[in-house]
Amino acid sequence: MDYAATTPVAPEVLEAMAPYMTEHFGNPSSIHSFGREAKQTLEKARETIATLLEARPEEIVFTSGGSESSNLAIKGCAEAYSRKGRHIITTSVEHHASLDAVKHLSKNGFEATYLPVDRDGLVDLNALKNALRDDTILVSVIHANNEVGTIQPVKEIVEIAHEKGALVHVDSVQVVGSLPVSVRDLDIDLMSMSAHKFYGPKGMGGLYVKRGVRILPLIHGGPHEKKLRAGTQNVAGAVGMAKALELAVERMGDEVPRLTGLRDKMIEEITSRIDHVRLNGHRIKRLPNNVNVSVEYVEGEAMLLNLDLKGIAVSSGSACSSGSLEPSHVLMAMGIPHEIAHGSLRFTLGRSTTEADVEYVVSSLADIVAKLREMSPLYPSGPCKCKD
Amino acid sequence: MYSEKVMEHFSSPRNVGQISDPDGVGQVGNPVCGDIMRLSIKVEDGKIVDVKFMTFGCGAAIATSSMITEMVKGRTLDEALQISNRAVADALDGLPPAKMHCSNLAADALHKAIQDYYERSGKSADAENRRTTAG
Repeated sequence: MDYAATTPVAPEVLEAMAPYMTEHFGNPSSIHSFGREAKQTLEKARETIATLLEARPEEIVFTSGGSESSNLAIKGCAEAYSRKGRHIITTSVEHHASLDAVKHLSKNGFEATYLPVDRDGLVDLNALKNALRDDTILVSVIHANNEVGTIQPVKEIVEIAHEKGALVHVDSVQVVGSLPVSVRDLDIDLMSMSAHKFYGPKGMGGLYVKRGVRILPLIHGGPHEKKLRAGTQNVAGAVGMAKALELAVERMGDEVPRLTGLRDKMIEEITSRIDHVRLNGHRIKRLPNNVNVSVEYVEGEAMLLNLDLKGIAVSSGSACSSGSLEPSHVLMAMGIPHEIAHGSLRFTLGRSTTEADVEYVVSSLADIVAKLREMSPLYPSGPCKCKD
Repeated sequence: MYSEKVMEHFSSPRNVGQISDPDGVGQVGNPVCGDIMRLSIKVEDGKIVDVKFMTFGCGAAIATSSMITEMVKGRTLDEALQISNRAVADALDGLPPAKMHCSNLAADALHKAIQDYYERSGKSADAENRRTTAG
């Protein structure tokens, strides 16, 4: 149950991609017919993706994934508009790809403001209004949080930022392919997406760049992607991403309610069967597949390992489960105390998740929590009140 | 990431619990860091005859707690004091570098429990040693 981390490539996607790795392997920049055919295929994929997002084909730049897209958006935009201003606004709950890109800029002549979030992880729109200055060139915000699932009020953020003349980059890596997105409707200027989050291949992503918005490239070396991103394009990858997005949008009408139902059932079961448990992130403005809970008196990695031994994959926001030994910066920004953050687990459901899976996972979790609480010096004395 | 021995101790930890009337108790760590270990010991004739642990922490924390109780049962207090965090990590076939601090916690909790025993019983470490070597 770790589909926010990654998803398997759908069989239809694999099938669509295969010919472009073998027989039709041309380089889209080549002038001969093999190259021209590849170019046509690439542009068809681009058009498919653009249409599904209500964008124009020339507004889609192919990249190697979400991290590259966010770096290109943030650094590319900052450099392009550095004469207009050097102030960037972002939030305290961004994915590291955005956060670190902004931090890098703040050490190289730019100034950054990190907007705080409330207990649910929502950005305060007044704080944004107050932070915007005449020299603010970019606001970068994560559309839906990868850890706790909270969905930001993007439309309002864009309106507020535009009023002050600032551009908006939205990290939609967890949203594209999961929920309907229209760049036209939201009036976004830059948007990151990543194929392997919606049953497409890893190493493939895209950046939406609204017509008229300027960015400077990160990767130099050729006229590819309108000179915004040099390098021979991953034609098979682009085909895969287009097919994956097509399938995802086709299924969204059924899949969103199905996942939401499973998610809600899981939240209900966990909170009723295990005591001293809380949900992290907004209850309603939340990704349909995200369940992030903090279990008191036990530690995240210990739960994670126990779940792994039962064939269940999840992730945790505890310090011990991160490489840096720091608890999740997202949970910290939401004001969640360290002790509570250490006992956090993120379950993210996917296409193949069934009701039986949810039942199995919740039962397993209840058992594991009871077992770990038996050995916890923090648990108030007496046996764990976990119900079977 | 973790050795087979670590996973073994983690899945089936030894000596979990609290001794009902302990001769010494040592607790280290804090919930802010995400690691707490509490070791309680029963001492007879200068030897640790029983030991139990309670731990709030990750896989390495639980495994090192379990391992140290195994290493210490039946040992004299002096021998127990010699057990280092390194010894615990080695007994587990090693720990990832980032997790070595967990083995520190285990050794520290043990030493604190022994220290607590001495304080409670009003004996000094030297007096205890003389008694065991003579007797």
